[in-house]
Amino acid sequence: MAEKHKTEWPVLVGRATGILVLVGGILLAASLCNATTPSENAVPNIFDPRSTPAESIYHLSRFVLAITGLIFLVVFSLLAYVVVKFRSRTVDATSEPAQVYGSTQIELAWTIIPTLIVFVLFLATARVIHAIQDTPKPATAVEVTAIGHQFWWEFRYPALGIVTANELHVPVSDPAHPTPTFLKLLSADTDHSFWVPQLAGKTDLIPNRLNETWIDPHRTGVFLGQCAQYCGTQHAKMLLRVSVESAEDFAAWVSTQKQPAIQDEREIAGKQVFETTACVNCHAVAGTNAKGHFGPDLTHLMSRRTIAAGAAENTRENLRLWIQNPDAIKPGSLMPAMKLSDVDLDALVRYLETLQ
Amino acid sequence: MSSDAMALQTAEVGGARPWVQTLHEWVTTVDHKRLGILYILFALLFLVIGGIEATIIRIQLMRPHNDFVSPQVFNRMFTMHGTTMIFFVIMPVMFGFANYLVPLMIGARDMAFPRLNAFSFWLTAFGGCLLYFSLIGGSGLYGAGNAPDVGWWAYAPLTSRAFSPGHSSDYWTIALLVSGFGSIGTAINIIATILSMRCPGMTLSRMPLLAWLNLVMAGLVLITITPLSAAQIMLLVDRYLGGHFFDTQAGGSAALWMHFFWIFGHPEVYILVIPAFAFASEIIPVFSRKPIFGYPVMVGATVAIAFVSLSVWAHHMFSIGMSSYSNSFFVLTTMVIAVPTGIKIFNWLGTMWGGKIQFKIPMLFCIGFLFQFLIAGLTGIMQGAAPFDWQLTGSYFVVAHFHYVIVGGILFALFAAFYYWFPKITGRMLNETLGKLHFWLFLIGFHMTFDTMHIPGVLGMPRRIYTYEPGRGWDIWNLIVTIGAFIQGVAILVFVANLIFSYLRGPKAGNDPWDAWTLEWSVSSPPPAYNFASIPTVASRRPLWDQKHPEDPDSRYE
Repeated sequence: MAEKHKTEWPVLVGRATGILVLVGGILLAASLCNATTPSENAVPNIFDPRSTPAESIYHLSRFVLAITGLIFLVVFSLLAYVVVKFRSRTVDATSEPAQVYGSTQIELAWTIIPTLIVFVLFLATARVIHAIQDTPKPATAVEVTAIGHQFWWEFRYPALGIVTANELHVPVSDPAHPTPTFLKLLSADTDHSFWVPQLAGKTDLIPNRLNETWIDPHRTGVFLGQCAQYCGTQHAKMLLRVSVESAEDFAAWVSTQKQPAIQDEREIAGKQVFETTACVNCHAVAGTNAKGHFGPDLTHLMSRRTIAAGAAENTRENLRLWIQNPDAIKPGSLMPAMKLSDVDLDALVRYLETLQ
Repeated sequence: MSSDAMALQTAEVGGARPWVQTLHEWVTTVDHKRLGILYILFALLFLVIGGIEATIIRIQLMRPHNDFVSPQVFNRMFTMHGTTMIFFVIMPVMFGFANYLVPLMIGARDMAFPRLNAFSFWLTAFGGCLLYFSLIGGSGLYGAGNAPDVGWWAYAPLTSRAFSPGHSSDYWTIALLVSGFGSIGTAINIIATILSMRCPGMTLSRMPLLAWLNLVMAGLVLITITPLSAAQIMLLVDRYLGGHFFDTQAGGSAALWMHFFWIFGHPEVYILVIPAFAFASEIIPVFSRKPIFGYPVMVGATVAIAFVSLSVWAHHMFSIGMSSYSNSFFVLTTMVIAVPTGIKIFNWLGTMWGGKIQFKIPMLFCIGFLFQFLIAGLTGIMQGAAPFDWQLTGSYFVVAHFHYVIVGGILFALFAAFYYWFPKITGRMLNETLGKLHFWLFLIGFHMTFDTMHIPGVLGMPRRIYTYEPGRGWDIWNLIVTIGAFIQGVAILVFVANLIFSYLRGPKAGNDPWDAWTLEWSVSSPPPAYNFASIPTVASRRPLWDQKHPEDPDSRYE
């Protein structure tokens, strides 16, 4: 019995250090992972913020991590000390230790100190909640209405008369002349959640309810996110890209998007396929008879880098595959297989490719 | 009641009995010990099923764009895994231990309502079977014969008939409704037993902490299963009688369901964890050779946790767009609950302080529980800070956090309870070598899986996705998580093997193998029918200590 106990305590100490090394290693690895990112913004790391709400959250999280880290160190050291120091020893294994029933002073101490810590944490948190949620909208803000669908994003710019899908374009915001983007969040069907970790925390899109969020990005680039509230079969492939552009680039994008669809007489056959099949029930192309609103607006389809809410690159092969057999890219998506002949499919894809 | 007595007589007279008769006795039993064992075996069965579902989830997520299962199957797997583990593993196993231990520890011969006890168990068992019958009888979003795929919170309007045709979510609803009534029955029974069946001398302030904590747990069950059941009925009304509570297409409110669900869902965490606290509060003193430190404070902290837990539910909903004032309120209540929880951890440390700690298997699991529950509490505080939670909620960080609570905290305490009370229940000791193997394997697997799982959450990986894009920094972490899950699976197999092997071959335990102090150790192992030949009288919180140390009894200091 006694020898057994003796051999066990180094194991426990080993375990304690092992766990410390593990935790440290994980933190280190997480930071390394961030440092060796293959391309900029490929990793949507919440600790690598590029926009005001995400930055305020980052600062709060550092404060919370410091306090919880300190609590961890104190309590873990106590636990390790107790386990090592008060292990049963050989010499006096038979007698019972002093029977202590409690102590009011100690109980008071470990009630009052945590209460004070909690109070400080609460105040720091409430301040950030107020700063993010109750920010007034400046007159220079870009307004966007984001509508969640199973399983894609619709973005409308009411003041600019633009409708697009899955890839949000916003201007970069210069702190001297801020042009933040304010989003109204709606849902056409089930619950969704708008999450681009480097720009802002999540806000849900809930049917019958108007939610709002805002971003104020300080650097150009493409930021990745995706739906963060389970919304049905293809929740996983409801991806989201936010393209933060310089004022000039954004203005250029806006002027392109405001144009109606290009009418290319050479692809009239493909246009006919589009307008005489079920495509028009769900998709709109501005300036044509296609006025469906159940699926993404295709007026400027080719200006988007991806299709199927980010599930595939926007290439000719993927367009063909997506029209003919959506399940091959996104099983369970609500886009039906169109079952076209090869001739019609080629014509249709060529037509879609004119929608610059 | 009499059938058990008769059975015992036949056993003595006739030797081997036909298996039909044995089965009949178990099915018709109203004995609290047998019902406790039935609850525990039922939960172990579902633990294995839920574990297989977890394994399927982890194989699918092992690498990006994996196609081990389809998205439809994956969505069913995480729905069934969550529902199974919460409602048909942890709750029943806790009820099982409460059933078995509470009467023994308070010096009673059975629960207050033995027939209600049997009824409650069979309702829960029926609920579990009904949930799995959905595999044959339901039809989900796709095709026929499907399990529910709406997630274990079943957020509206995904459960409306427009988005969930067929019957799969009906099976989910009715299974929870039925087992919910079972839980309410057992809760009433536990409360009545503890309040009215304590032996002479056992005042409320002399009750073992396990009884106290189960009393609080049962109270929480009564308060919180009720809104869950109400919400299930409202959902059925929506689906079949044209109600519009949650039907957003007809003007209903999706947020209403969230409130109903989480006002059940958060206290539910405490329904699960308070019995785990109860195990730790019994086991840590015995293996530290000291009484629990600050008994009245431990009771008070538990009651405080129960009360505050009723006011924190909307911290699951920080991202739904509540006002800044609502958000701040729920931040405050959420953080306040850390105080009584911290007090409990400090009191356990205080119990070990100055003791002579014996590292038997139950104590190893309890130390693991303390360590992991500390971390789970601290990641909980991070998520209690609402803006931080806007980033963390719905991500793998949350998944890691609550598995830290449920596996690292509750399951570790539960394993401690198995190793501690198995000798009492079966009369045989669990094998110590296999026990150590189980502990270390499970500890390594647990940390490999759930420490690592925090990282993809921080890197922006949402939960409930059947696959993910490569190149986002998530791949390697998911692979490590999956490997850890397999190590945990092996550890569970070692545990089950140990249960079977030790039940058949383990050394005899005797009445009191741990030199413990509560009443269950004063009777034989397994305890006789009706527990106590003559009802004991107690004079302190540790009646067996008084018996073993007549020169220095506890009763002198209380």
